[in-house]
Amino acid sequence: MSKVYRKITQIVGNVIAVEADHVLYNELAEVSGAAGKSLAQVIRMKDRKVYLQVFAGSSGISTEDEVRFLGHEMQISGSEDLLGRIFNGCGEPRDGRSPITDDMINIGGPSVNPSRRTIPRKMIRTGIPMIDVFNTLVESQKLPIFSVAGEPYNPLLARIALQAEVDVIILGGMGLKYDDYLYFRNTLEQAGALSRVVMFIHTAADPVVECLMVPDMALAVAESYALGGKRVLVLLSDMTNFADALKEIAITMEQIPANRGYPGDLYSQLASRYEKAVDFERAGSITILTATTMPGDDITHPIPDNTGYITEGQFYLRRGRIEPFGSLSRLKQNVNGDTRRDHRAIMDAMIRLYAEFKNTCEKQSMGFAMSEWDNKLLSYGGQFESKLMDLSVNIPLEKALDLGWRILADCFRPEEVGIKTEIIKEFWPETRK
Amino acid sequence: MSEKQGKIVGVSGNMLTVEFSAAVSQNEVAYVLVGKEKLKCEVIRVRGNRADLQIFESANGIGIGDTVEFTGQRLSVELGPGLLKSIYDGLQNPLVLLAEKSGFFLERGLYLNALDRESRWDFTPIAKAGDKVVAGDRIGSVPEGMFTHYIMAPFALRGEWTLRSVAPAGEYRVTDAVAECVNEDGETKSITMLQEWPVKVPIPDYAEKMLPHETLITGTRSIDTFFPVARGGTFCTPGPFGAGKTVLQHGLSQNAEVDIVVIAACGERAGEVVEILRTFPHLEDPRTGRTLMDRSIIICNTSSMPVAAREASIYTAVTVAEYYRQMGLHTLLLADSTSRWAQALREMSGRLGEIPGEEAFPAYLESRVAAFYERAGLVRLRSGEIGSVTIGGAVSPAGGNFEEPVTQATLKVVGCFLGLSRRRSDARRYPAIDPLDSWSKYTSLVDAKELEAARAILARGDEVSKMMRVIGEDGTTVDDFLVYLKSEFLDYVYLQQNTFDDVDCAVSRDRQDFVFKQVLEVLKSYFEFTEKSQAHSYFMQLRQLFMDWNYIRMDDPEFARQQENIRAKIGEALRHV
Repeated sequence: MSKVYRKITQIVGNVIAVEADHVLYNELAEVSGAAGKSLAQVIRMKDRKVYLQVFAGSSGISTEDEVRFLGHEMQISGSEDLLGRIFNGCGEPRDGRSPITDDMINIGGPSVNPSRRTIPRKMIRTGIPMIDVFNTLVESQKLPIFSVAGEPYNPLLARIALQAEVDVIILGGMGLKYDDYLYFRNTLEQAGALSRVVMFIHTAADPVVECLMVPDMALAVAESYALGGKRVLVLLSDMTNFADALKEIAITMEQIPANRGYPGDLYSQLASRYEKAVDFERAGSITILTATTMPGDDITHPIPDNTGYITEGQFYLRRGRIEPFGSLSRLKQNVNGDTRRDHRAIMDAMIRLYAEFKNTCEKQSMGFAMSEWDNKLLSYGGQFESKLMDLSVNIPLEKALDLGWRILADCFRPEEVGIKTEIIKEFWPETRK
Repeated sequence: MSEKQGKIVGVSGNMLTVEFSAAVSQNEVAYVLVGKEKLKCEVIRVRGNRADLQIFESANGIGIGDTVEFTGQRLSVELGPGLLKSIYDGLQNPLVLLAEKSGFFLERGLYLNALDRESRWDFTPIAKAGDKVVAGDRIGSVPEGMFTHYIMAPFALRGEWTLRSVAPAGEYRVTDAVAECVNEDGETKSITMLQEWPVKVPIPDYAEKMLPHETLITGTRSIDTFFPVARGGTFCTPGPFGAGKTVLQHGLSQNAEVDIVVIAACGERAGEVVEILRTFPHLEDPRTGRTLMDRSIIICNTSSMPVAAREASIYTAVTVAEYYRQMGLHTLLLADSTSRWAQALREMSGRLGEIPGEEAFPAYLESRVAAFYERAGLVRLRSGEIGSVTIGGAVSPAGGNFEEPVTQATLKVVGCFLGLSRRRSDARRYPAIDPLDSWSKYTSLVDAKELEAARAILARGDEVSKMMRVIGEDGTTVDDFLVYLKSEFLDYVYLQQNTFDDVDCAVSRDRQDFVFKQVLEVLKSYFEFTEKSQAHSYFMQLRQLFMDWNYIRMDDPEFARQQENIRAKIGEALRHV
């Protein structure tokens, strides 16, 4: 017994207002008229006036259009039949096959009780030294790739997804370029992974509001799989488009913007998505990797800034490399104590020296004479960049650590690298110097 | 049951508008009835016959016309034995019990008693029938872990009362009456071990507030020696993300020399709290031999939990800290992060349509921040005992820029500023407390003059390093270069500390004092070098010796031997006068 109303009193941006009774906050509605049908969601109620954001956009909506309230929130099927399927931002099939309606679950469900979470302790091996050695990725981690347009962040996401040993990959595309969508699809297909992938794709050509649902749908499905014991990796690209859609709705609703037009609850909005990353005791896990393009390569922009405070680290992708500065995996300590005894020592020492190398580069570029120490650093920095930082390098962690020692021994004397004598004695390669 | 009711007339995010008929008071708690659920809210504004309420849950599914019940009570916490070792959400719901009821997820509208009603406590009376009592006076005590937990006359008691009876020693539940009192007007009240107190009001029952004078040892060298915190003082740790705020706070929560630590994880990552939850029960507190959990209370309202409850969580935490202070204990409240709390204020202010201040924070941000930090303090209780609440707040400035409103509002009211810098954390110099920007108004554990000498070296070293970037190492004199090397040396072997090393992670007062003197000897020495490369390589060797020294336990004979090595090394290069 759905309620139908025909009195649309306001159309502003992608938000309409209708006079209605017995409506529930956050409920879904269907708006239909000459311009077609679209889903809409209740975002504010005041007396009899109900405001709805229209997913397909307000263009063509008439004041006489029919608004039918569905009596429930946005739902998605949590069934395993979703594997191998592709959906749009409203959860409708994009692959021309039939819709799936069994096992419907609400999206954006409650958060996990912190007392039931466990400390993540399983390393995800990627074969990328800048990740495995310096910023180890851990199962159930939430981590964005901070980048700018033009950088290969989507290929990097795809590569990590394929190299990580997970049961299910869920891809949420927001404002994804059509080419990028095809790239993901083809890459996953070629790797024979499509049967364990679910895609929610909102492309740049689709109505903006539609992308708001993508993270919640992807994560609701992930949660349902993880509770069933699956290790799920969720890829979301690009979270900046999601945040921009939030901004658009907030401005339309005349909310007071906090920073550069973004709503004051941007942090909470992003956090409620990222915090879905979890390792369930005696069940599966959700790991979240996202791409966040930084407008103007500005790390202090509200989107990367708020994201950085929420996520458990970040990878900076710049000039095709994962930058050692700024990149961070907050969970690495949970796993890098159990890999190899020298892991932490190498990790810290090499970055500290690389920082000194950067200072030397600055000096060099100003034309100063290079001291003996400067020359050592220059040789070190060059080797570090070509042998470890280059993204084409694909070696297991242990090989990468050995390589690290070789580079150090090639450039420095043992007391120059700032590592505990005890570790030096055990690992310093004998053959050189 | 409740007399006062209202009806929902508007919903916007986590703000509800309610039409009411009977009297409603500011900050009163109310419940919305949605189907079978009762959802907690708080009145934050009243206009005419409409009140705006912030809801401590998700507002999904609430409809116009739904019933709201007002309770007449302000948002309060339960105080009594059993708080220690607990893990609560921002509204003091016990999270472990919630999990037993509702599993992995937090169920909306499920509220449980903060203190267990069934456990029995071994009560020993202190007061006797006939005694006069006022609010906060001790009636008896129960042992709670390693502490004597005093049962006090309710803080809300007004005027002087006479005890009519006090229960004999024995086992009681928190809701059992342990005393009965009567006032002049013949009004009687029974006193239980459990009392409630509104979180936004400081507990006032002490004789006087004193100047914080004693250094609180945290085990972190750069804090205790360079930027000390005092017992009963306040400090803040602003820093961009990834600079190590949380690692620093975790270190403090483990090593700070206080009786009780209250951790308020406010709007931050759940993962960070989980680390505390899972490790504290197994980590030994070196000073008591008990586990760290035995002295901790954790209030966690992480970032994906409802925003309004986040706003409350800070107050819940500080009220609990004040409660234990009343027993003559030293408590430390660590709030991570106060920025998230400020953002919760901002979110609500935005929904209320208030005229925004800077960066859309409400105009009352500064006064709220100040009022919160002012709840810290070293107090002399009426019993003559000394208790304290020390507050340390992490601040997460937008864009890492300390000019933003929350950092600025905080800096005005704290006694110690530990600024974390991205430059230091990028270079893996931990803790990333910037030695040039940070300051403290409290007393250090080392001599002020010697500290000044060490600071001067850091400042000079920084100047030389900047100069070298302009004129090059070649253009720098050997003497200047030595100052630079000394400042780098001080940074490496003293300011930097390895949190992941069992020995280096926390350094006692004695050891800091001892090592600092040895470091100072290097800083004050005149070294004989003609070549900069020679000096550089000498300092590298000296650094290595000191670093290894830092990793040796003080009671290990190796410690003295390594100091000999260091002394010998220093002797090698001294300028012969």
